[in-house]
Order: sequence, then C-alpha cells, then structure tokens
Amino acid sequence: MAILPDGRYIDDAPYSENSNFSTAERPELDAPNWVLVWRRFKQHKLGLISGIFLLLAYLMLPIAGFIAPYTPNERHVDHLYAPPQAVHWFNDGQFIGPHVLPITATADLENFRWVYSADETKPMKLEFFCENEPYKLFGLIKAERHLFCAPYGATLFILGSDRLGRDVFSRILYGAQLSLTVGLIGITVSFIFGIFFGSIAGYFGGRIDWLIQRVIEILRSLPELPLWLALSAAVPSHWGPVAVFFIISIILGILDWPGLARAVRSKFLSLREEEYVKAAEMMGAKPARIIGRHLLPNFSSHLIASAMLSIPAMILGETALSFLGLGLRAPAVSWGVMLNDAQNLAAIEIYPWTASPMLVIILVVLAFNFLGDGLRDSLNPYES
Amino acid sequence: MIILRYALYRFMTMLMTLLLVSALIFMIINLPPGNYLTNQIAELQATGQDAGVAKAEFLRREYALDRPLVEQYFIWIGFWPGQYGFSGLIQGDFGWSFEFDQPVSEIVGQALWLTVLVNLAAVLFVYIVALPLGVLAAARSKTWVDYTSSFIGYLGLATPNFLLALILFYYGQKYLNLPIGGLMAPELEGEPMNFTKVKSILLHLIIPTFVIGTSGAAAMMQRLRANMLDELDKPYVETARAKGVRPAKLLAKYPLRVALNPFVADIGNLLPSMISGSVLVSVVLGLQTIGPALLTALKSQDQFLAGFILLFVALLTLIGTMISDVLLMLLDPRIRYGGRE
Repeated sequence: MAILPDGRYIDDAPYSENSNFSTAERPELDAPNWVLVWRRFKQHKLGLISGIFLLLAYLMLPIAGFIAPYTPNERHVDHLYAPPQAVHWFNDGQFIGPHVLPITATADLENFRWVYSADETKPMKLEFFCENEPYKLFGLIKAERHLFCAPYGATLFILGSDRLGRDVFSRILYGAQLSLTVGLIGITVSFIFGIFFGSIAGYFGGRIDWLIQRVIEILRSLPELPLWLALSAAVPSHWGPVAVFFIISIILGILDWPGLARAVRSKFLSLREEEYVKAAEMMGAKPARIIGRHLLPNFSSHLIASAMLSIPAMILGETALSFLGLGLRAPAVSWGVMLNDAQNLAAIEIYPWTASPMLVIILVVLAFNFLGDGLRDSLNPYES
Repeated sequence: MIILRYALYRFMTMLMTLLLVSALIFMIINLPPGNYLTNQIAELQATGQDAGVAKAEFLRREYALDRPLVEQYFIWIGFWPGQYGFSGLIQGDFGWSFEFDQPVSEIVGQALWLTVLVNLAAVLFVYIVALPLGVLAAARSKTWVDYTSSFIGYLGLATPNFLLALILFYYGQKYLNLPIGGLMAPELEGEPMNFTKVKSILLHLIIPTFVIGTSGAAAMMQRLRANMLDELDKPYVETARAKGVRPAKLLAKYPLRVALNPFVADIGNLLPSMISGSVLVSVVLGLQTIGPALLTALKSQDQFLAGFILLFVALLTLIGTMISDVLLMLLDPRIRYGGRE
C-alpha cells in the first residue's frame, strides 16, 4: 500500500490471477440458490462437521450388523459387567498389529462383583472380515461376515459388557437403528400435520384459522412428557417391538406439530398477499396448487432447518420414554432401553460404561443442533 | 382498567381451555381397553377368588364406572351427580385411587405443594442463571465468555435430564456431601414445618433444581443473547456510545429492557417443558412430588389418580401462561391483544 502525494491510496502489489475480489461477479449472484447456500454453509465449520458425522451415522445404520463385532442379544456368561477393553498395537515394546489381551473373571466375594484381569503374556490378534454370529444386512440379506471380531478364546468389549454379558459397543450400533429413525419418522408425521394445518390456517384465515389456533394453543399448553406417558401407556403391552416403535414415533410426531404449524401459518399470512399468489389465483389455480406449487417451495429450506432442530427433541423423547419403561422394551435395542439398565447409582459408580449410550446421545443431539444452526444461518445467501 | 379487564378475559379463556383439556385427558386415559376395576375383576374371576369381586363391583358402581363414557366424564368433572354419592372434581371430590386403595386427595395432598415448590425453584433458577449469562454473552459476543457459555448451554440442551440427575447425585454426594434422594430427610416426613425441616428441604432441592432448570436456562440464555445482539446493533445504542455513556449503564438502560420482553413471554413455553422435566426427574430421583404417582397410575390404569394429576399439571401450566401474558402487558404498554383492523 502506497500513499500518493495527493493523499490517495494505491495498491502497489503486482497483479495476480488468484487475487480475491471482494465484490461478487455477476455469475456469482446468478448461481442457483442451492450453490449459494452450500457455499455459505461450508463456512460454518461446526455445522459442516456435524453434517458429515450425521450422514455417516445414518449411512452406518443398514450395515450396523457388519460393523458390530457381536449381535445385540448375544450373551457372554463368563464376562458379566466386563470393563472396556483397549485394542493394543504394541506388546512388550514390539509392534504386532491390533490385538487384545484375553481377560478372565474372578469373583470378589467381599464386594460381590467380578474382577477382571488381563493376561499380558498372550496378546491375541484381531481378526478382520471374519465369520461370526449371523445377522441381516439391510434387514434382508443374511450374512455372517463381520468387519472385525475377537480371536477365538478372547473377547472384544470395546465399551465393556452389561449385566447379561452383552457387548455394549455392538448394542449401541444396533440401538442406533431404532433411536435415530424414531426422530425421522416423528418429524415426518409432524411435518405432514404441521404443514397441512398451518397452511390451511394461514391461507384461508377466518374461522378455520381461529379453530386451528385454539387447538394449537391447547396442545402447546400441555406438558409434553406426561402426555407422552399417558399416550404410550395406552399402547397394548402384547404388541411386538416394531409396532410399538412405530406408535411411539407417531406419538412423538403428533405432539410436535403445533410449533411447526404456527411457523407455517405466520409465514403464509404474509406470503398470501404477494403478487404472484394473486396472479395464480386470477389464473384460476386451486388453493391446493397455490399452496403446494407456489407457497411451500418458498420456504422449504426454512422448514428443513427447523426440522433439524426438532429431531433431537424426539430422540431425547424416545430415550426418556424407554428409560421409564413406557417406550420400547427389551428385546428391542435402543439407547433408551440400554440406559434403562443403567438407571441406578450402582451402575454409575461401579459400572460407568453401561451408561455410555449417553455420550452417543449427547453427540448426536449436539450434531443436530449445530447442523440446524448452520443451515439456518446459510439459508439466506443474499443477506450478509 | 384495561389490564384488569384483560386479566379477567384471560381468566375466562383459561377456564374454557381447562375444560377442553380435561375432556382431552379423560379421552387419553380411557384409550386403553377396560379400566383398573374391570382388569381386576377379570383377574379375580380367572383365579377363582370371588370374594374380591364383590368389592370391585361395589367400587365400580360407586364411582359410576359402569356408565357410558360421556356420562362418566360429566360425573368425574362434577356437572352431573353420581347415583351413589360420587360428586366429582368441582365439588372437591377427587375420586378413589384403586391402586393405593385410598382417596386421591390423600395420596396427592402434600405432593401437590412439593411439586409447586420444585417447579418454582426451577423457574427461579432459570431466571437467575439465564439473565446475567445471556446479557454477558451478548455484551462480550465472540469472546471466550460467549463461547464458553454457549458451549455449556448446548451441552445442557443435549444431555438427557434423568442421567444428568443420576450423575450429579453421585458426585454431589461424593464431593459436596449433598443428600441423595427424596425432598427431605426421611425422619422429618410428616412433621410440622420448622427450621430443620425447611433447611433439609432446601438442601435436598439443590440438585433437582439444577437438573430441571438446566435445559430451560440454556434455551432462555440463547434467546436472550440473540435479542440483546439485535438491540445492540440499533442506532440508538451507537448514539449512546458516542455520547460516552458508561458500558454497564448503556446495557441496562435500554437494550436490556427491550430484550426482557421475550424473557417474560417465554414462561408460556418454559413451564410445560419444565413440568415435563420435573415429572421425569422426580421419578428418577424419588422426589415426593406427583411424578412417581403419575407413572404408577398410568401403568396400572388407575384413572382417577392419573386424571387428577394430569389435570393439575395442565392447570399449573395454564396459570403460568396466564400470568406471563398479563405481566407482558404490564411490562410493555405497546402490547395489547385486541383485534387487528
């Protein structure tokens, strides 16, 4: 930077091809909306990382059986409440690849618990693409190959084992299949109700609007959890786990829609006065077409962001219900069901690893929050 | 005058809402087929104990459970006299708990006050924590204060309440010697209020308050921060700064007062979620609020107990929302809820 005698500033750096112009070029502004949103979203590092994490987590769901070394209800009677085992790389200062040390249990008759000791002289190498208990890939194809499993004669409890000697790590992976999809189904239900009622209330106004508003007010004034409890207590106890799972997610969705409906309604109230809506009306478009073709696409991105922010509430809701014994029940595996086992002080004090699904829940909920925040911030690419 | 009239109007709508809510609750409770008594009668007959059947049948008639559902509802509320002396909620007869074999009013008696106490404490906690932290986070935005407080806030939102309760209980006992479980020392239960009892209750309240309040405080803090940031961008703040108003006074004089509106208005959202949280936390921590009773009642279809508790919880929420609406009107003279032309 140099200053000319008359006080003006001039950039004396040589011209470079890669220099960054702060003023946007015309093609930049004309790029499709999603390109702009994506560009903006990439700046939000936390949101981006969370998005990738969640994407991987959901992609993992159909192949959970392949990644998990054990099946969820496989019991190891000799290894009850085994502490987490580390995967070692070096033994006695020598590199021998990933291996585990076999553990054996001895009964501590003074404190009435199992004490585990690892045998350091016998490192046993992990096996990869090995055959073990059968599971179903994508819930359809029978398979027996696992990504990695314990060598014969040793165990591999990365996050320890629980009261019945089941592998906590494998159960977390299987539990994700239910716990993560509860949110998706719930949000779908909530979207269908919320958009339907919100849009007719906002578009037509008048009496319908008044009626829907009152219903929303009543539903919102009720505390969620007691209502969830009451509704899930109504689920017959002889139903299978899959049916209970669907009902629970639908219940979560049914109580979530009022918030969304309010947002949709207030947006519609202002959008219906726009010229393009008037034009469409004059050309004789039916209300359904105006709402579906012209109004909703206008803020679908906004809806997606708000969905990201309400999924975590549902995941937590499922956990709470299952934890209280009113949601999913064993033998179904979900994070809430797993935590149900850890609901006493003894578990927290002596076997803290049985509460490890909590860490996963916190991670997922945080990720959804960050992703939602990132999306919300980047949805208006024209605003700075 | 306007405010009085509004408060009255708001009270009337609250009563109407409560009536609708009671119908909704009655419907939900009667969703599962049968009720406690029919289940019991079926079980007794299956095991051949005919002696108990007579008592169950008697209770069934006494509380009009053999009538059609609509009639049952009106009798329960008290609009319609039951034939055998059951007079309904409005007359102060809360019904009979079949599970505990006691009148509902006796089971929930003290628990109601403790529920109100726990929730009041939690609301206070939310305000005391969220107000300074939210303002601080906005005033020092994009510094470590802001980042730390929002990180803690996110963490508070993401941690399942019930587990936080267990963990805090464990560490609270281990390092701070805080009492575990219950709302007062067991030997003080049933005694009249005195200084030791109050102290015991206060000590026992610390962890539940913290657990119930965390997520609410986190949400409130974020909202307050966002509102403050919006206000701080306005020209009048810049003017004040240019005139050399001291930073603390600058914050307190105008932006804070404007940002406080949602703070009050939010009670409507805050209360339902806090009461939800308190039910869950009470079950886990064994507090003598109505939470554990509700869970047992729902599981065994003990309909008068469950219905009364749900209705009471809804009433708490509605009263809270009403107070917040009226307060908001007092706080901000621009807010009037009349019709728009």
